[in-house]
Amino acid sequence: MDKNTQKARLKSIKKFNAVKYKEYNKKQRRKRIPESEYMTTMADDHNILEFDNLRTYFYTDAGTVKAVDGVSFQIPRGATIGVVGESGCGKSVTSLTTMGLLAGPTGQVAGGSIRYNQKSQNRAVDLTKLPRKEFEKIRGNEISMIFQEPMTALNPVFTIGDQLCECISLHMPELKKDEVEARALEVLELVGIKREGILNNYPHELSGGMRQRVVIAMALCCDPQLIIADEPTTALDVTIQAQILDLLRNLKDKINASIMLITHDLGVVAEMADYVVVMYAGRVVEQGTAEDIFHHPAHPYTIGLMKSKPMLGEKIDRLYSIPGNVPNPINLPEHCYFKNRCESCVEACEGLYPELVSLSKTHKVSCYLCGKKGGEN
Amino acid sequence: MRKYIIKRILISILVLLGVSIILYTVARSVPGDYVTNITAGNQNITPEMEAQMREQYGLDKGLVEGYVDWLVDALHGDFGTSFVYQRPVAQVIKEYMAPTLALSGIALTLEVILAIPFGIWAARKQYSMTDYTIVAIALMGISLPSFFFASILRIVFSIKLGWLPISGMLTARMNYQGFDLFLDYARHFVLPIVVFVITGVGSMLRYVRTNMLEVLSADYVRTARAKGLPEHKVIYKHAFRNTLIPIVTLIGGMIPALFSGAVITEGIFSLEGLGNVALKAVYNGDIPYLMGFNMFIAVLTLLGTLVADVLYAVVDPRVRY
Amino acid sequence: MSDNKELLERNLKEQDEFEKNQVIMTPGQLIAKRFFRNKLACFGLGVIIVMVLFCAIGPIISPYGEYEIFYFDVNTNAEVRMDKVSGNPNLGVLVKAPISASHWLGTDADGRDVLTRLMYGGRISLTVGLVVVGIELVIGILLGGIAGYYGGAVDMIIMRLCEIFYCLPFVPIMLILSSLFVGYGISPQKKIYFIMIVMGVLYWASVARNVRAQILSLREMEYMQAAESTGIKTWRKILKHLVPNTIPIIILIATMDIGSVILTESVLSFLGVGIAWPYASWGNMANVVTDSIILKNYPNIWAPPSLLILFTVLAFNFIGDGMRDAFDPRMKR
Repeated sequence: MDKNTQKARLKSIKKFNAVKYKEYNKKQRRKRIPESEYMTTMADDHNILEFDNLRTYFYTDAGTVKAVDGVSFQIPRGATIGVVGESGCGKSVTSLTTMGLLAGPTGQVAGGSIRYNQKSQNRAVDLTKLPRKEFEKIRGNEISMIFQEPMTALNPVFTIGDQLCECISLHMPELKKDEVEARALEVLELVGIKREGILNNYPHELSGGMRQRVVIAMALCCDPQLIIADEPTTALDVTIQAQILDLLRNLKDKINASIMLITHDLGVVAEMADYVVVMYAGRVVEQGTAEDIFHHPAHPYTIGLMKSKPMLGEKIDRLYSIPGNVPNPINLPEHCYFKNRCESCVEACEGLYPELVSLSKTHKVSCYLCGKKGGEN
Repeated sequence: MRKYIIKRILISILVLLGVSIILYTVARSVPGDYVTNITAGNQNITPEMEAQMREQYGLDKGLVEGYVDWLVDALHGDFGTSFVYQRPVAQVIKEYMAPTLALSGIALTLEVILAIPFGIWAARKQYSMTDYTIVAIALMGISLPSFFFASILRIVFSIKLGWLPISGMLTARMNYQGFDLFLDYARHFVLPIVVFVITGVGSMLRYVRTNMLEVLSADYVRTARAKGLPEHKVIYKHAFRNTLIPIVTLIGGMIPALFSGAVITEGIFSLEGLGNVALKAVYNGDIPYLMGFNMFIAVLTLLGTLVADVLYAVVDPRVRY
Repeated sequence: MSDNKELLERNLKEQDEFEKNQVIMTPGQLIAKRFFRNKLACFGLGVIIVMVLFCAIGPIISPYGEYEIFYFDVNTNAEVRMDKVSGNPNLGVLVKAPISASHWLGTDADGRDVLTRLMYGGRISLTVGLVVVGIELVIGILLGGIAGYYGGAVDMIIMRLCEIFYCLPFVPIMLILSSLFVGYGISPQKKIYFIMIVMGVLYWASVARNVRAQILSLREMEYMQAAESTGIKTWRKILKHLVPNTIPIIILIATMDIGSVILTESVLSFLGVGIAWPYASWGNMANVVTDSIILKNYPNIWAPPSLLILFTVLAFNFIGDGMRDAFDPRMKR
C-alpha cells in the first residue's frame, strides 16, 4: 500500500475514533438513567445469562478491532459453560464486557445485549446498559469473577483479611465486624485454606496456588449466582490446577451457582463443562453440549482443535496443527473468517459469513458445510 | 526493622562522608595565596581570622591531614568563623534558620496538598480536557523563571494594587507586637510562598499523575472494581495506597531542591534567611559560611531520605528488613 | 485430497495478501502517532523550531551587533550609530529607548538593542542547555550502564556516588564555586565553560540512576536471557539489545533536562553567579528586574527575555511529556 492511501486511512480512523470517544464520554456523564432503559425480559427464564448478538469493539489507532462480533449463547442456571478458543478470539473480552470492566473509551459495547436474570430483584436487566451504581450492586455479589493472574490480582499493600472482608461487608452491610471475619474464614476454609493468622498475611507472603485460592475465595464470599472464571488455572502448576478445578466443581454443587469457564485448554473443558462454546476471531463458530462438541464436532475449526489435542494410546507421528494464522482482527473479511485456513472449504465459502444453523436442539454451528447436512439431520 | 534502620543510618554516614570530602576538596582547591586574595579588600577580616581560616582548612597541611582536622572540628560543630558576621558559622545558621525552614516547610506542605489531588484527578481523566489543562498548568509552573513570576506578582499585588509588601520580612518602623507581628510576617511571606509553590508543585504533580496512571492499569485495581467497590473507594483506597509508596520517596529526596528554591526565593524577596545570607556570602567571599550551609543541607537531606526510607517500609509491606 | 491442498495453499496466500493491505504500523510509527496526537507536544516542537531559527538566523539578519551601543544627538535627537560617533561632542547614550521602528523592543540600560541581544543571548542559553545535557549524558550513561550491567560491588560504589551527588544542593554549591571563580579571577569567557562543566558534573546522578534502573529491568527480561542463550558476544549484546532499549529513556531525560538547565542557568545569571557581562544570556538580560525603576517602567527590557525562557523551557517540557506518553506502551489505546 502506498504512503498516501495509508495516511488517508489513518486520518479517517482518527476522525472516526474521535466521534466514538465523544459519544462514549457523553454516555458516561449521563445521570439518572430511568429503569425502563435497562430493563428487559429473558428469552428463557431458566437461563441466568443470555448473550444476544453482543458486539464489543476497540477503537484503536490502527482501526476498529472487533474483539467480539455478534456473539450469542445462553448460560442456564446451575450449569457450567466452557468457552474455548485460541488467544485473541474474544473470550476474555466477552467476560470483561459481562462484568462491565471494559477500559473505555477505547473499548465499547457497540451493540447487542447481555440479559441477566436478577432473581434477587425479580427482574431481568441488560448488563450493557446498566448504570454504574446498579452494576456495583451486582458485581462481586451476584456475578463474580476469578482472574487469570493470581500474582497480580491481589493488592500488595493490603492484607488478605482486608481484601476479603471489604468485599463481604460491602455486599452484606448488616453483618458485624466479627461476623464478617468469621465469614471470611469460612470461605477460605471452603477453598481449602485453613491456616492460623491467614487474614493478617500479605499477598506476597503466599504462594501462587494459595493466592489463586484467595482470589477464588473472594469471588465466592457473597454466594454468587454466576462465577466467571477467566483461565483460572493457566498460571498454575498442573497439580494445583487439578486441585483448583476440583474445588470449583465441588463449590458449584455446594452453592448451586453457574460457572462460565473461559479457557484454551480443551482438557479442562472436557472435565468441567456441561455446555461448550467455541469462539474464533470474535464469533461463535460452534456451540453445544460437551457431548456434541467432543464427540460430534461439526465445524472444521473445532475438528482441527480436537485433532491438535494429544490423545493417549493413539499412534501418530506428530500432532496436527491448523495451517496459517488467526486473521488480523482489524478489517476482517466479509467471508467466513476461517475460510483461508480451512481444509474442507467449498465454493459457498466465498459468500457472506455463514449463519448459525442448528444441527440438533442443542448443537449449533456456523459453516456452509453443515448447512446442507442441517436439513437432513 | 531496627536492623534495616541501622543499615540505612550507616549508609547515610558513608554518604555524608562523601559529601564532606567533595565539599572540602572544593574549598581546598584554591591556590596558596587564595586567602589573601579574597580577604584583600575586606575590612571585616582581621589577621587572626585569616590565620584561623588557613588553619581551619589546613591550607598549611597535607590534603588528608587537613581533611581529618576539618572533620574533627566539624563534628564538634565548629565550621569556622563567618567573615561577614564575625561569629561562628553554626551560630549564624541557627539564627537565620527560622525563615528558611518556615518558607520551605510551608511551601512543601502546600505542594503536597495541591499535587496529590490534582495529580490523581488528571490521571483519572487521562486524555481529557481536564487532564490537558492540569498538566499544562503544572508544566507552566515548572517552566516559569521564578524571578519573572515574582516580578509580575510584585507589579500586580504590590505596586498596582498595594495589597502586599514588595519585599523584606517586616514593615520597617512599625514595631508590631504579638498577633499583629505575626500578621505582618504572614503578609510578607505570602508572595514568596506563592512563587515557591507554583514553580515547585509541577514536578510532584506530574510524578503523582504518572504513578497513578501506572497503578490504575494494574490488575488489582480491576479486581477491586470486580468486587463491586464504588469508584471513589477503588481510587482512594486501593490505587492511592500504592501511589503513596513512590511519593514518600520523592518527598524525601526533594530537600536539596527545596533549599535551592529557598536561596532563590529569599534572594528575590530579600527575606533574611539562610539563602540570602549565602548570597551575601558569595559577594564577600565568606567561604566558611558557605561550607557550613552546604553541610547543613546535606545533613537535612540525609535525614529526609532516612525518614522516607523508614516510612517506605511502613507503607509497603513487601519491603523486607 | 490434492485438490483441497492446492485450494488451501491458495487460500493461505490470499490471506497473506489481504493482511499486507492492512494498515500495519511499525513501533516507530506508533510512537510518532501517539506523540503527534498530543497537541501540547506539537506546540512545543513548533516553539523550539522557531526559537532555534530565531537564534541561528536572527543575528545574520539583524543590522546591529551584540555589543553595539546607540547614541543620540543631543541637539537633533537623531539616533547615531557607534561607528559614526567619533568627533561628535553632542552625543548621549540612547538608554532605555522605547519601542520604535528601528528598535523593535527598544534599548536596554546600556543603550544596546534588546532584540539583537535576545538573539545572541538565545544562542548562549541554548548552547549551555545542549552542552550541559551532553556532559551529563556521557557521564550518566557510562556510569549508569556500568552499574546496571555489572552489578555487585561496582554497582554499590556507583550508586553511593549517585547518592552523594544527590545530597549536594545545586544552587548553594554553585554559590561556593562562583565565589571561588571570583577568588581565582576567572574571566567571563572562561567562566561560561566552567559553569557548563560544573552543571554537567552535578546533574549526572539522575541520568545514571535512570539508565541503571532501565538496564537492570532489561536484564530481567526474558528476551535478554534468550539473547544470552544464543551465545552472542557481550559487546553485541550491549549494542544490539541493551542500548536500543535504553534510548527512549535517554531521549526523554535529555529533552526534559535541556529545559531545566536553561531555566537553572537563567536563575544563576539572575543571582549574579552565572554567565556574566559582556555576554548576553536570557538569564542575565532578565536580571534587570532587580532594578525597581526598570521593573516598574520598562517591561520591554525585562519581559521579553523572561518570556523567551518561559516558552523555551515550557516547549521542552511539553515535548518531554508528549514523548513519555508516546514511549510508554501502557498508554496505548
